[in-house]
Amino acid sequence: MRLIKNKIEHGGSGEVTLCPEEPEDMWHAYNLIRPGDLLRASAIRRVTTVQDTGSTSSARVHLNLVIRVKNLDFDPQSSQLHVSGQIINETAHTKIGQFHTLDLELNRNFTLEKEVGADGEGVGWDSVAVEQLKDAVDEGGKRRAEAVAVVMQEGLAHICFIGQFQTIMKQKVEMSVPRKRQGGGDHDKGMNKFYRVTLETLLRQMDFNTSITSGTNTDGVRPVLLASPGFVAAGFHKYIQSEAATTTPGLKRLLPSIVVVHSASGYLNSLSEVLQSPAVKTLLADTKYARETKLMDDFLDQLRKETNKATYGPREVESAVDQGAVGRGGGVLLVSNKLFRSQDVAERKRWVSLVDRVRDVEGGEVRVLSSDHESGKRLEGLGGIAALLTFPVVDEDVDSDAEEVNSN
Amino acid sequence: MSRHRVKAVGYDDDDFEDDDGYDSPDPEEQEFLQQCTASVQAELRAGQPAVTATTQEIHDALWHYYNDIEKSVNYLRGKKEKELKKTQAPAAQKNKGQMVPGFPAPIPDESSLSVTEFFRDCPWLNVSAHRKADILIQPLHPRLGLLGGAPEAGGKMSKLAALAAARKKKESEKSTGTPETPSTPKPSERAEGQTPKPSDTPLSLSQRLAASKLSKTSESSGGLRRLGKASTSTSSPARRPSAPVPSKSPVHAEPERESEPAGQKETEAAPEPEQVVPSIRAPPSTFASAILGSTAGPTVAEPSHVKSTDVDILEIYGQQHAEPFDFTAPSPDDVVMNAQSTAKGFKAKPGTSKTAGGQKGQADIAGGMKDLSVEEKVTVKSKNLDVLAEYGKSTRKKSANFVVIGHVDAGKSTLMGRLLADQGAIDRRTLDKYKIEAEKIGKGSFALAWVLDQGSEERARGVTIDIATNKFETENTSFTIVDAPGHRDFVPNMIAGASQADFAVLVIDSSVGKFESGLKGQTKEHALLVRSMGVQKIIVAVNKMDAVQWDIERFQEIEQQISAFLTTAGFQPKNISFVPCSGVLGDNITRRSEDPKSAWHQGRTLIEELETSERFTHSLDKPLRMTIGDVFRGGVQNPLSISGRLDSGSLQMGDQILIMPSGESALVRSIEVDGEPSDWAVAGQNVVLNLANIDPIHLRSGDVVCRASAPIKTITTFTTKVLAFEHLMPMQVDVHRGRLHVPGRISKLVASLDKASGATLKKRPKVVAPGTVARVEVELDQAVPLEAPTRIVLRAGGNTVAAGLLE
Repeated sequence: MRLIKNKIEHGGSGEVTLCPEEPEDMWHAYNLIRPGDLLRASAIRRVTTVQDTGSTSSARVHLNLVIRVKNLDFDPQSSQLHVSGQIINETAHTKIGQFHTLDLELNRNFTLEKEVGADGEGVGWDSVAVEQLKDAVDEGGKRRAEAVAVVMQEGLAHICFIGQFQTIMKQKVEMSVPRKRQGGGDHDKGMNKFYRVTLETLLRQMDFNTSITSGTNTDGVRPVLLASPGFVAAGFHKYIQSEAATTTPGLKRLLPSIVVVHSASGYLNSLSEVLQSPAVKTLLADTKYARETKLMDDFLDQLRKETNKATYGPREVESAVDQGAVGRGGGVLLVSNKLFRSQDVAERKRWVSLVDRVRDVEGGEVRVLSSDHESGKRLEGLGGIAALLTFPVVDEDVDSDAEEVNSN
Repeated sequence: MSRHRVKAVGYDDDDFEDDDGYDSPDPEEQEFLQQCTASVQAELRAGQPAVTATTQEIHDALWHYYNDIEKSVNYLRGKKEKELKKTQAPAAQKNKGQMVPGFPAPIPDESSLSVTEFFRDCPWLNVSAHRKADILIQPLHPRLGLLGGAPEAGGKMSKLAALAAARKKKESEKSTGTPETPSTPKPSERAEGQTPKPSDTPLSLSQRLAASKLSKTSESSGGLRRLGKASTSTSSPARRPSAPVPSKSPVHAEPERESEPAGQKETEAAPEPEQVVPSIRAPPSTFASAILGSTAGPTVAEPSHVKSTDVDILEIYGQQHAEPFDFTAPSPDDVVMNAQSTAKGFKAKPGTSKTAGGQKGQADIAGGMKDLSVEEKVTVKSKNLDVLAEYGKSTRKKSANFVVIGHVDAGKSTLMGRLLADQGAIDRRTLDKYKIEAEKIGKGSFALAWVLDQGSEERARGVTIDIATNKFETENTSFTIVDAPGHRDFVPNMIAGASQADFAVLVIDSSVGKFESGLKGQTKEHALLVRSMGVQKIIVAVNKMDAVQWDIERFQEIEQQISAFLTTAGFQPKNISFVPCSGVLGDNITRRSEDPKSAWHQGRTLIEELETSERFTHSLDKPLRMTIGDVFRGGVQNPLSISGRLDSGSLQMGDQILIMPSGESALVRSIEVDGEPSDWAVAGQNVVLNLANIDPIHLRSGDVVCRASAPIKTITTFTTKVLAFEHLMPMQVDVHRGRLHVPGRISKLVASLDKASGATLKKRPKVVAPGTVARVEVELDQAVPLEAPTRIVLRAGGNTVAAGLLE
């Protein structure tokens, strides 16, 4: 995402103009735009006019609309973001207060304005939002690391794209493969068919051109991780090799970028194991998710050791922060960015203030984990928030009991 | 065929001559008829046995067979022979329909009311004979072969014709086979029996009438009548099976008496049908008798050449409306449908009303159909079985499933291969073939394992990947081996195998270093898994004892460690037994070791240990549940088959089953139990179901087969009481139940519980430590068929983290 114009004022109000360049930028936009914000973008609207004679004519007109955001709809598979809201600027074709849904498009600028209302109904550009904006704009420009992972087991394959901020499950291949039986050769046949379908699907998802004329350039090919328990991934690798050697020589360009790794199952749960495998770590060393995965593992380790130096859940983490346990010297606050997507302004303020406090007052480290990543998903299971503590904090049973009473 | 079989309308006697050109056959035809008659006569006489037939009969037959001499001869001979037999048979005829002078019955019995009498006063009944029209209705379709006279061997019969023939045969067998029971003969028998001796004076008028009628018509359409169910020719309601009931009303009786002369005359005339006896009183019109079923057919005096006047319209259609029907036999529809379904090899749902008699009738039909070229001769297989009763009756050996578990390379497959080979379940040749092939790829020691490792990848890598089932029998037990893979990546497959097991054989590699690594690895995990899946009994086979020179100390060390571990895992000491053995050599498996170093072991061999297993009970009377283990193509005849073990309930051929979670129904075409075809299956058996009426896309391994009447529910979230093997916290897990393997997550730790009492120790714990019992809530990504009480296993990251019972 390119930052075109930045007019954020000191108080937190202000607007930025951004130009999304990649599909993943839509995901950033999805996290930046919140209900209540003002969004200006170009739009195509069908306008129906009624003539004096009573006949109607409709025309599609290009407009620049400003809407007050009511709802966001993000489709991660196709990376499309639809923002709906009420129009607040007057044009020749629309009236104020009419509803419109803006479809943000790649390479088309949009302007996002957040304001801090007088009575605090907006949150403006808070620290988390600014952080997210920084992530989105990516001044370093080193976020090319992307990989395609095929997590598979017998008769089941998940093809997913691992980006820096999200893992998109592109397609699932499911097929009934006959088991081995006495004197039956159906299993091998079934596996071959399964490999064929999976390869076809993978190439389609990758937009991989298998013709020989597309050159020998291997630059554009992303790393392909094949992961499975047992020998399925290895068998698939072998199948691709044999295909490359016989029917589709174009596949030879793909072969160097294939890495076969182990996973515990063919489900996306085991993607964490894939990302932790040494082969993948060297391949994707500098990516955000590798660090996030590491942090999550550390956290779960502490939890397992029962050192009481790790805690999770909103109340528990807040009380730990209150006790000063998430501070300098190893305190890490892990927050899922899903918490910031909350519709409730007060809710968001609660988490933003917690983040600010840990970072600025306590001196701890704050990590906002992407909920669309494997590590973020694990964190979500823990209530979306967790913390590594600098000293052991004993849980108060009474407290949790009280909470249960409250929740009941 | 040139005879006009159109309406012959005689307006009046005078007119008749004028109509000649229209109505009577032309000379040419008559000549032809003469020729045919002559040749038929000749044939009949020449045949064996020689029979004679009247010209009239021959004419009739020729007429029916469109002048086909061969068929006519066949028919006539059949008929005559039958009559011949009957005359020889002693016919002690007794009357059933005795008249009772009891009178007057105020309300005439509807069933015994004579219609002729009912319409007696109607003017159109009393029309003078010469004014009567004689209506003949031409049959709509030529009735080829329907008289049953067509040579049975020659030519192809239509199915219907074949059925008719079969039925006719059956009927005739029945009537000849059971010579008249003196006391109460069936109406049909009586009628048949009467035919040849009309001089007998039956007591019942109606019978006499019937007899005369019969004799008159039998020549012309005897076969036709036989086509009908019973051979009673008369359609008098009085001759229904209920006839013996002496409730004939006077209204009925009196007019019959009146008509007696006519009837008697007819009786006299009966043997000579050509003789037309002028009736004293005009009988009902053809129409009336057609509609109401006459006792006395049209007896209008007609020139003899219009023989067809004698043919009752009803008989033209081969139907006798009032004819008694033997309801114990299958209806014609049933017969046809059964035959069709048999021919197609489908099993129609049986009518519940079917009696034993009906089935016997079917058997007769089937016998009669033997001559036909219908392939499947099997009678419709028994259905609507009381499966549980069948199971009780069956004298099967006790059967037991056991799963073979242990660390990778402990020698599970080899041990089982040895067991199968020594039990003779595998023949020598196959074994030698495996040996050669295994040596060819440099894995000679794997030859025995190849008995179970059938997959090409398994053989190439020397690792069992998926479970393999095989069976062998001892004197009193039939065993099913489930050989589970030992590698940790294939624990899901092992879980599938263990879920089918009654008890377990834990194989342990006794060689130095291997035992220790195994104990840390899958030895422990497998043992915990089978225990948590409800397996009580475990046999520990300490394998590869030859590698440690049958060191008794080594054995004792292993025994000590393993039994300590198994006891903590929840096995009772009495259910644990140890056998030192060697799979490669076959020592202490089916035979005692001959190695002097192993002389210290005096206990049982492995096979003896296996035989100590008790009979395992299964919930037969619970609703049907079966987890699909595999979906495959069984062959050309069974394009879609599923295999698995029945968890509960029973099943039989022709059942409709429901597949969950797809919710699609299917038909069980056939069942194989342990590789043998069977009509039914009960819980605990390993079955292959050949299905029909379902698309394979709705079948996946892990799906559950149930009945629409008691379907299993699909759920996305459940609470379970688990024993934690590792730390539990809200985390992503894989949920396993048999072949079912789905991703999910622990969404909530509800409480940690006391192991013994189950009381809550701590609500909402942060983390559940290994070895403790906890109640957790699990969410699944997709709806799966699960129901309490079911044993499930939770795994994460390739490790088993917990196992428990669904609540």
